[in-house]
Amino acid sequence: MTPDVDWFALSPILSLLAASGIALLGAVLVPRALRKLVGATATALGFAGGVVFAALVYAASEDGEAIIEGTFARDRFAALAQIIVCGAGLLTVAISWGEPTRPWATTERGGDRHEGEYFALLAAAGAGMAFLVAAGDLMVLFLGLEWFSIALYILCAIAGERVASLESGLKYLIVGSFGSAVLLFGSALVYGATGELEFGRIADSIRSGGLEDDPLLLAGLAMVIAGFAFKASAAPFHMWTPDVYQGAPTPVTAFMSAATKTVALVLTLRVLVTAFPEQTEYWTIAIAVIACISLAVGNLAALVQRDVKRLLAYSSVSHAGFMLIPIAANNELGGRALLYYLIPYSAMSLGAFAVVAARERELGSAVTLESLSGFGWERPLLGVALAIFMFGFAGLPLTGGFVGKFYAFTAASDAGWTWLVIVGVVATAVSLYYYLNVVRALFMRSAAELQAVAVGGSPPREWLVQGAVGACLLVTVGSFFAVQPLIEFAKDAANQLPF
Amino acid sequence: MTTALVVLPFAGALVVWTAPLSRFWTGSLALLVALVEVGLWINVLVGFDFDEHGLQFDQRVTWFSDLDVSYHVGLYGFSLWLVGMSVVVMAAAIAYGYWVGRERPRVYFGLMLFLLGAVVAVFSSQDLLLFYAAFEAMLIPLYVLVGVWGGPGRLGATVKLVIYTIAGSLLMLVAVIVFGLSQGTFSLVDSGTSDNTWVFLGFVVAFAVKAPLFPFHAWLPDAYRESPPEVAAVLSGVVSKAAVFGLLRIAIAKFPEPAEDFRVPILVLASAGLVYGSLLAFRAVDLRGVIAYSSLAQMGLITLGLFALNDAGFNGAILQSVVHGLVSGTLFLLAGTVERRATTGELLRLGGMARGRPLLATLLMTTGVIALAVPGSAAFAGEFLILAGVFRQGWAWAVVGAIAIVLAAMYTLRLISAVLHTRPGSSVSDEALDLRPAELGVLVPLVACLLALSVWPAAISDTAFPDNEPRETVMENFR
Repeated sequence: MTPDVDWFALSPILSLLAASGIALLGAVLVPRALRKLVGATATALGFAGGVVFAALVYAASEDGEAIIEGTFARDRFAALAQIIVCGAGLLTVAISWGEPTRPWATTERGGDRHEGEYFALLAAAGAGMAFLVAAGDLMVLFLGLEWFSIALYILCAIAGERVASLESGLKYLIVGSFGSAVLLFGSALVYGATGELEFGRIADSIRSGGLEDDPLLLAGLAMVIAGFAFKASAAPFHMWTPDVYQGAPTPVTAFMSAATKTVALVLTLRVLVTAFPEQTEYWTIAIAVIACISLAVGNLAALVQRDVKRLLAYSSVSHAGFMLIPIAANNELGGRALLYYLIPYSAMSLGAFAVVAARERELGSAVTLESLSGFGWERPLLGVALAIFMFGFAGLPLTGGFVGKFYAFTAASDAGWTWLVIVGVVATAVSLYYYLNVVRALFMRSAAELQAVAVGGSPPREWLVQGAVGACLLVTVGSFFAVQPLIEFAKDAANQLPF
Repeated sequence: MTTALVVLPFAGALVVWTAPLSRFWTGSLALLVALVEVGLWINVLVGFDFDEHGLQFDQRVTWFSDLDVSYHVGLYGFSLWLVGMSVVVMAAAIAYGYWVGRERPRVYFGLMLFLLGAVVAVFSSQDLLLFYAAFEAMLIPLYVLVGVWGGPGRLGATVKLVIYTIAGSLLMLVAVIVFGLSQGTFSLVDSGTSDNTWVFLGFVVAFAVKAPLFPFHAWLPDAYRESPPEVAAVLSGVVSKAAVFGLLRIAIAKFPEPAEDFRVPILVLASAGLVYGSLLAFRAVDLRGVIAYSSLAQMGLITLGLFALNDAGFNGAILQSVVHGLVSGTLFLLAGTVERRATTGELLRLGGMARGRPLLATLLMTTGVIALAVPGSAAFAGEFLILAGVFRQGWAWAVVGAIAIVLAAMYTLRLISAVLHTRPGSSVSDEALDLRPAELGVLVPLVACLLALSVWPAAISDTAFPDNEPRETVMENFR
């Protein structure tokens, strides 16, 4: 029996799948010179379509409902996350455009730079993420997770002529598969305990069966949380993050840092709130502890990094911690805070990696704090933008990061987690040191140090990267002023979860 | 109107940053914006009704409604005077930077205007989150200004400045959240009072770092020494007064009981800072050191006045805040002019600069005499009120204050004689010129303000609070 399929709810995913298919066909059928153009255009259109369709679904889903026999959720919560993912994807296409021209790409060997495949995989990863955030049961959840993960494994390793990229792909594959396996095992335990796959029914079954303290179920819950923590790169499940972020092509890193984190956190909130409302006393503590460890590990490790991509990777670990705080709060304010915070966070993260990508292409080597010296004066737009992203990460005002942190802390405080707020605040103070280190490198190094960096004949400006950075800047600063409309969106979305 | 005061500098900063103007036009534009800001403030002053209770010239727009956070600005009598002092000192600082010809003018002047906007926003905000945002926003331009245009030790100075300030203000963030949630609103006007000691302390520590108050002052010597002089002028004169505003408007008005309970410990720390700062100022080896530590002492004195928690104390604290803003701004700018001539601020290598430089000597002497609170000066009026206020809390406090005033005379006279008199120092050459007309244009208005306040200190001390009933106003939450 074929269930009813609400094709409209699936439209953002279908748009991306179509883009992926076109890009993949283009990689085979289109002449080599045009492959990149076709792939990039198709993918950009796919992501743009995803944004539009997700917005339409958002507008048309005033009441959240389960569709396709309960396997899939059509609600504003998923739609908002899809908008963020697709927006991030669109900007990633812009950042990726200049990537294969990087100096270390050896085109002699075989000559194919996998341009078509790259964009096809990017769209496929986006589709998997858009699919995952709307998951309504454990099966779809695992399917979506593997879908986008496999695409990302290949994307990390796609610059195969660089050992670091291969290493990155391999590490992500092994550790990521382990994370997926843990999640799958946890799902199996939950199914074993409750006999249900669908999130809502799991909750019902726990309630009716009196399974609140069932050891099998709790073990399953713990493993599910660990599985999500792997994907969200929360400590102590973050081991892969620095190496993978550093080794992967920078646009891929940018996409991962923004989109993967969004879907992992959004899904964590959805699963915990819809499937395990009876176990709040267990999972809120677990999430709070993971948040603390992430904040501590991420911030302390970032203090000693010299490589900017590694630094941003640890910063991403610490931000996983920050954004787990509102999840631990387990209230409507927390849901709102998470969804709001993800918007400026994604923009800042994408933007920061885009600037790193631009600098990397200029230098032809990895970007370190040393090789950033004076960059702010050479390239004012990129330099100022990177500085503002750093201020935003640190939660300084005139960026959405400020309001996001305020909301997250307020939600936690409202739920009575005062100690968690204090941990978050201390972590923010520590983080300021390394974020300002970047600003210092950009603008404050002396002229003598500037000489140390030989930039021989800078390449032509990449308008696409600059445009992407400008867009990220707009979102980062704009979300500080336009809090009310964004919070309204986040509120409507978060209120569809059964807090 | 208040919004115009807040927004104009930010708009000016944006224009300066983005418009590709030459050095000359960038500086002129920035100076023009700063002067228009002074004009706007005079316009507000003229229309201000000092007898009226409550907020004036206020404007309110919802920022986000679910937590009741709004963009709400407005002025009280005392904040009007703090804003006035800020716009005047900032205009002088910008003019000084223009005259000195700072490198990378577009960035520099944009940051100075941004700082001006943030400062005015701090003094006029009536919403806790807006206040907090403005309070933090001051730090960004300061960080870059010190870090890029500062002296050789600037990187270390910025790290200290930022870490200290942020550690303090993040404590305040927790306090803001807990207070706002418990009140159901983040509006300073709508919220009532609280007796939560921890929240009170969160606020007090943040302001104590910003002021700075003993023992939270470790960032001060480096920051004041390594900044460009006009930035040091703004830091010590203007930015430190954000702490005065916060202590008065938030810590004391919102937490009357904890303020009463912690009066004695705070008075002890303030007195300690007053004496300690004065002693350090007396022993400091360079110009900036003297002014920096005297600022520490003066902030201790102002806190003494605030936490006297009575009429004379509040009036004196506000008057002294304005006077100290002008004095320390003038002194730092004067120090800048001296350092430009002698290439050093070390007192041992200065001296004898009065000979052949009558204008410099006159201005430094006048400002110095006002700074050491000679009877008849504005600072005398302020310190007298503070001492009278604190005397009512116990004569011992007033004794400490009186000792500190003697010390103030000692370090100020030492400064004056080391620069102007004694025998010509090794770094002072005969060719070093007297003050140029442009420098006079920067400094004379500041000194004129000080002289005007010396003639009529009551202009501030009688009008800072409606009906001249400070304690009642503060305790009734400025309603």
